[in-house]
Amino acid sequence: VSRIKCQIIFYCICFAFQMQTVTIIPGDGIGPEISTSVIKIFEAAKVPIQWEERNVTAIKGPGGKWMIPPEAKESMDKSKIGLKGPLKTPIAAGHPSMNLLLRKTFDLYANVRPCVSIEGYKTPYTDVDLVTIRENTEGEYSGIEHVIVDGVVQSIKLITEEASRRIAEYAFEYARNNQRNSVTAVHKANIMRMSDGLFLRKCREVAENFKDVKFTEMYLDTVCLNMVQDPTQFDVLVMPNLYGDILSDLCAGLIGGLGVTPSGNIGANGVAIFESVHGTAPDIAGMDLANPTALLLSAVMMLRHMGLHGHAKKIETACFDTIRDKKVLTKDLGGNSKCSEFTAEICRRVQDLD
Amino acid sequence: MTYPSRFFCLCDPGQVMRPVMCTRREKSSYTPPPAKYGGRHTVTLIPGDGIGPELLNHAQELFRFCCVPVDFEVVNVDSSLTSEDEINNAVTAIRRNGVALKGNIETNHNLPPSHKSRNNLLRTSLDLYANVMHCQTLPGVQTRHKDIDIIIIRENTEGEYSSLEHENVPGVVESLKIITRVNSLRIAEYAFRQAREKGRRRVTAVHKANIMKLGDGLFLQCCKEVAAGYPDITFDNMIVDNTTMQLVSKPQQFDVMVMPNLYGNVVSNVCAGLVGGPGLVPGANYGKDYAVFETATRNTGKSIANKNIANPTATLLASCLMLDHLGLHDYASMIRKAILRTLSETRLHTADLGGQGTTSEVVQSIMKEVQKGGPLTSEKI
Repeated sequence: VSRIKCQIIFYCICFAFQMQTVTIIPGDGIGPEISTSVIKIFEAAKVPIQWEERNVTAIKGPGGKWMIPPEAKESMDKSKIGLKGPLKTPIAAGHPSMNLLLRKTFDLYANVRPCVSIEGYKTPYTDVDLVTIRENTEGEYSGIEHVIVDGVVQSIKLITEEASRRIAEYAFEYARNNQRNSVTAVHKANIMRMSDGLFLRKCREVAENFKDVKFTEMYLDTVCLNMVQDPTQFDVLVMPNLYGDILSDLCAGLIGGLGVTPSGNIGANGVAIFESVHGTAPDIAGMDLANPTALLLSAVMMLRHMGLHGHAKKIETACFDTIRDKKVLTKDLGGNSKCSEFTAEICRRVQDLD
Repeated sequence: MTYPSRFFCLCDPGQVMRPVMCTRREKSSYTPPPAKYGGRHTVTLIPGDGIGPELLNHAQELFRFCCVPVDFEVVNVDSSLTSEDEINNAVTAIRRNGVALKGNIETNHNLPPSHKSRNNLLRTSLDLYANVMHCQTLPGVQTRHKDIDIIIIRENTEGEYSSLEHENVPGVVESLKIITRVNSLRIAEYAFRQAREKGRRRVTAVHKANIMKLGDGLFLQCCKEVAAGYPDITFDNMIVDNTTMQLVSKPQQFDVMVMPNLYGNVVSNVCAGLVGGPGLVPGANYGKDYAVFETATRNTGKSIANKNIANPTATLLASCLMLDHLGLHDYASMIRKAILRTLSETRLHTADLGGQGTTSEVVQSIMKEVQKGGPLTSEKI
């Protein structure tokens, strides 16, 4: 009885403080240490979040199909928000990559990557401030391939009206909610007339309902050409899967690489999983050398998605100030501090900002 | 120069005159010899749209000034017409002459799929399977990255540009990307041969075989097979998204790159942007029997057409590539030197390079530089 009482009191407190639950998936390699860093920083910032740690290593379900563990699925369905560290892609393990499984399980149709130049981390490009929104379920990555005759392979790129409309709507809503001025659809409709033409048509239709956001269209090659010369001319970019893959990595390269780029995946039914997109770095795992910036910025993105803008701004400012100061930096950012020192420095700044 | 007798029944004077059977010959596999009449070459010129006509006019002007032994056969292709007659005429002219210099032909992507891209039709009809682009840091041009020297070899006829699309169910469109062993081997062979001829040490294949396992997997496998025959050249491969990331941070690591059609489009535009923009880099399309030269990034430049502000460097360097192809190396190097000397004059830079120079000023300056170099005497030719 006393246990039930404690639980009731706990839930009351949570309700009183409006604590939201977030599923955290630490991942492999450096995943656990950077997840711990993020949790520490969030504690220092007194963010009203309760973490639920889960593992997503694929298991074989009753029908023989590979799936994520039911506890993980249940937790995500309840909390709707997830934070994920890097996952190892197994070779010859028999099951597909976990990222793919997560995408399919929660229908994560939009991959959002805001790319903002980090003051203090010098790259040849300054003043980058754009967002790439990539359709994540179909397009060239449908995985439908056939060998027609020996030596001739056909890969099918699938574009559907529904998916194109969905991603376009998300892009315009994102632009509106985040005070962005324009959305550019990236395509190659001069060559792929029907498929990219359909994508473009849907974008145009959705643009009609968002007159406050400027809509432009640009060929993929022109975007690439202009992006490396002057990235400041771009704001929000929306595109199908393959172009999105290439462009989002191009933009990540402009601001300093995958180690400092946040990323979020939006799914149907309000599910959103934010992740760091770098690898598991097994060579430095467990040595307290990892850089938690990517996961931290993804977590900040998550806070904004949840409406906790105040906390988001505080943590982001602390992180950027630390990098700008250059006194305590991890090895990949050009310093020689440990991950824990970097984390402690950010925690200190967060508390100072209070 | 003799014509095969099946073309004219009139060749043999002893024969009774019969009506000439110039009936519908199928798109013939016979390729006429390159036109070289009286020591002069004839080259097909397709002005295209946007800045094409004005820049190609300058090219012709420059050639006349330098007394280059090349005559141009101008073939206009009106991009607004739906019939394919004009592009077919252009293709026939190129088959006749063997070599062409062209501007980009605009494609209105709002027209139905039956209206195919004219540029693509030209490339596939002539089987111009290799698109070669040499990106180098040029003197006098301010860029974020220095010491770039990359040769990009892009498969030009298949891949995502097969134009095979259909809508089986309303609202669901399928577009086919075709990769064949024959074409992949061909382009890989071309890449390695070029690398060897130009003394390059490394060839990198760009792909996405982790996702498109069969398609790009086949391409990669063909590259590996060809690489085995060139042990003096290092072969490695890189996934396309990582490639673009590496290109914007450390482009100096790349030497020769070979890739399928669409990735080639992306990578060549990124590289062109890295060395200074679309106005600087020439491109060449080679087939077994034909060659077509144009700017590397294939832009129409509609917004700057007829304003005398377009950068003629890419078009003029493309014409130098053409001269090299025709064997007129002395003329090619003379003009190329003049172009590069003009480029290093910052006050002559056009708007795309951040300056205020006009196209005609640049061309005049190139002509002056050519003149300074003295005439090409008969010993030099």
